[in-house]
Amino acid sequence: MDRLALDVAHLFAGGLVLVSFMLLYQDRMTGLVNNFALHALVVSLAVAWQAHIQHAPHLYITAAIALVVKAIVIPFALHRIIVQLGIHRTIETVVGIGQTMLAGIGLVALSIIVMLPITAKAGTLTQQDLAFALSVLLLGLLMMISRRNAVSQVVGFMSIENGLILAATGAKGMPLVVEISVAFSILIALIVIGVFLFRIRERFDTVDIHALHEYRGERP
Amino acid sequence: MLVGAVLIIPAASAGLLAALPDNRATARLNALASFLTLVAASGLFVERPQPGHYLIVDDLNVVFIVLSTFVGFTTSLFSGSYIAHELETGRLTPLYLRFYHAMYQTLMFGMNLALLSNNIGLMWVAIELATLTTVLMVGIYRTPAALEAAWKYFLLGSVGIALALFGTILVYLAAHSVVGEGLDAMAWNVLVRRAPEFDPALLNLAFLFLLLGYGTKVGLVPLHAWLPDAHAEGPTPISAVLSGLLLNVALFAVLRFKSVLAANPGAFAPGPLMVSLGLISVIFASFMLYRRHDIKRMFGYSSIEHMGIVTFAFGMGGPLANFAGLLHMTLHSLTKSAIFFCVGHIAQAKGTQHMPDIRGLTVSHPVLGWGLVLGVAAIAGLPPMGIFMTEFLIVTTTFARHPLLAVALGLGLLTGFGALLLRLNGLAFGDPHGSSARPKASFVPVLAHFGLVLVAGIWLPPALTEWFQHVARLLR
Repeated sequence: MDRLALDVAHLFAGGLVLVSFMLLYQDRMTGLVNNFALHALVVSLAVAWQAHIQHAPHLYITAAIALVVKAIVIPFALHRIIVQLGIHRTIETVVGIGQTMLAGIGLVALSIIVMLPITAKAGTLTQQDLAFALSVLLLGLLMMISRRNAVSQVVGFMSIENGLILAATGAKGMPLVVEISVAFSILIALIVIGVFLFRIRERFDTVDIHALHEYRGERP
Repeated sequence: MLVGAVLIIPAASAGLLAALPDNRATARLNALASFLTLVAASGLFVERPQPGHYLIVDDLNVVFIVLSTFVGFTTSLFSGSYIAHELETGRLTPLYLRFYHAMYQTLMFGMNLALLSNNIGLMWVAIELATLTTVLMVGIYRTPAALEAAWKYFLLGSVGIALALFGTILVYLAAHSVVGEGLDAMAWNVLVRRAPEFDPALLNLAFLFLLLGYGTKVGLVPLHAWLPDAHAEGPTPISAVLSGLLLNVALFAVLRFKSVLAANPGAFAPGPLMVSLGLISVIFASFMLYRRHDIKRMFGYSSIEHMGIVTFAFGMGGPLANFAGLLHMTLHSLTKSAIFFCVGHIAQAKGTQHMPDIRGLTVSHPVLGWGLVLGVAAIAGLPPMGIFMTEFLIVTTTFARHPLLAVALGLGLLTGFGALLLRLNGLAFGDPHGSSARPKASFVPVLAHFGLVLVAGIWLPPALTEWFQHVARLLR
């Protein structure tokens, strides 16, 4: 594989990790959703590039699904939800942005230390893709635990899914079953989430997950 | 042919049930569809098609499928009478009922597909489908507590499923350099056969992700936080199916991957990891049983304990421990779902799940009360019932190999035993308290399950023993 192809793939995958970091420090809802759209755009570019260099045309479908659904439709829907609920101002974090970023850097270092030696036999492209994908996955998890707000947890979850798509396309020749299923599951997940968000709104007048904890099952 | 039927019947009836407006007939149709699925599944003992790219029937998954469709059928019978009461009291509207039945069959479809799949990616999709349907059903009452439970279940379940997908991708990577690209590198029968040539480091890492991912769905401590809430707040038939079936399906996934790992000489032994997760679950859950106030939450914790025991047994490995684990899992499914059938009717009769408000059931509701006594005696592991035998087997085989582990496990079991009997005393005996209304209950499923558990404890048919031993040897 020529040097340029590898570098471009590297650029997109590294860009995805960078956008994951950007997601971590957003303090407004609109900014967060726009950033997620960027995240999805980068992942669709990365997948399209993989399709090009692996000569695997079916991966273009995955790229298109990521672009249309996650970079356009879902952000649009999330913007509407945010406006309807009137929560575009604030994002409540559990720990400060600074500590979150430091933890994020630690996680990326961890995933590189773990993945690079193990995947050494799998080829340079796969090796780097997997290290980056694991970073995106861990950063998404970090985002889910460091936010209290339902919408930002959902965004965190979807960024995890993007990381998984990167990993799945990096694994050369993996059958399409998985890619389509990932796209489908995100669609289903959004329906679920939409239903939940509206119900939560209906009952609590807030989408702050913290309000839910008052209803813990154990009442003496 | 039969394999197709096991999948198509639930899928088709899910569509049909979503479309039909009449709510008397739908409960019957639900039961009928579950019955037909059970018939088709039992036929798989006889007809064994060649494994394809996507589906496989082998000795291991037949056991799970028949158990799964059987409990699915009896639960649909119970669900009929349970749901009729919910409609009368107005907790569910006819529209939600249609949704409920459609989701029930979709869940059956998802579980059967997960068990039958010969492709690690397809299995992942099926388990995700089953998870999403149960999330929707846990939140169906739309009370704040139900929504919290569903949201928690959804978030933890999705994170678990995401980790499992990463593990799945790593397994494919390990396989594709040996088997070549394409569907073969994801097929169970190929993976197990070629496993000795895979890169052990990749397999190790993959198994960590898979154990944590699917382990979340099994409800192993410390990944269990969703389980008690989901059991307590959803409709009781769903609690029965969750405990009796969905946890098993997730464990089945772990077992499949364990056998791939076990076939590779360079990979680490997955046993110790499973043993420690299982033991932690048993000990943690048995202590948590003491301070419960909600009856369904309590039995949710008891499910964590028993899944811990089963994981422990499979982690120990060897023909005897595997045999005991397999049998324990089967009996736990039967017992726990029957307990939930009783608890569902009790909660409807008393109008509450709050245990201090429920007393003297054997006096006010003799059948339900004694049914609960029988169920708790069985699940706690009292002698004539089958669970005593399997727990005894697990502890003794452990004792022969690692005495200290056996002591820890025994202490956990005794702690749980004490908690259950303590609670049972308050629930079943003493002066009756509160409402003594009699719901229209269906006792057939309860009696059928307890009958099977009792028979298993006294006399296991030799053919069945032989079959389970055969499967236990396959598991390594």
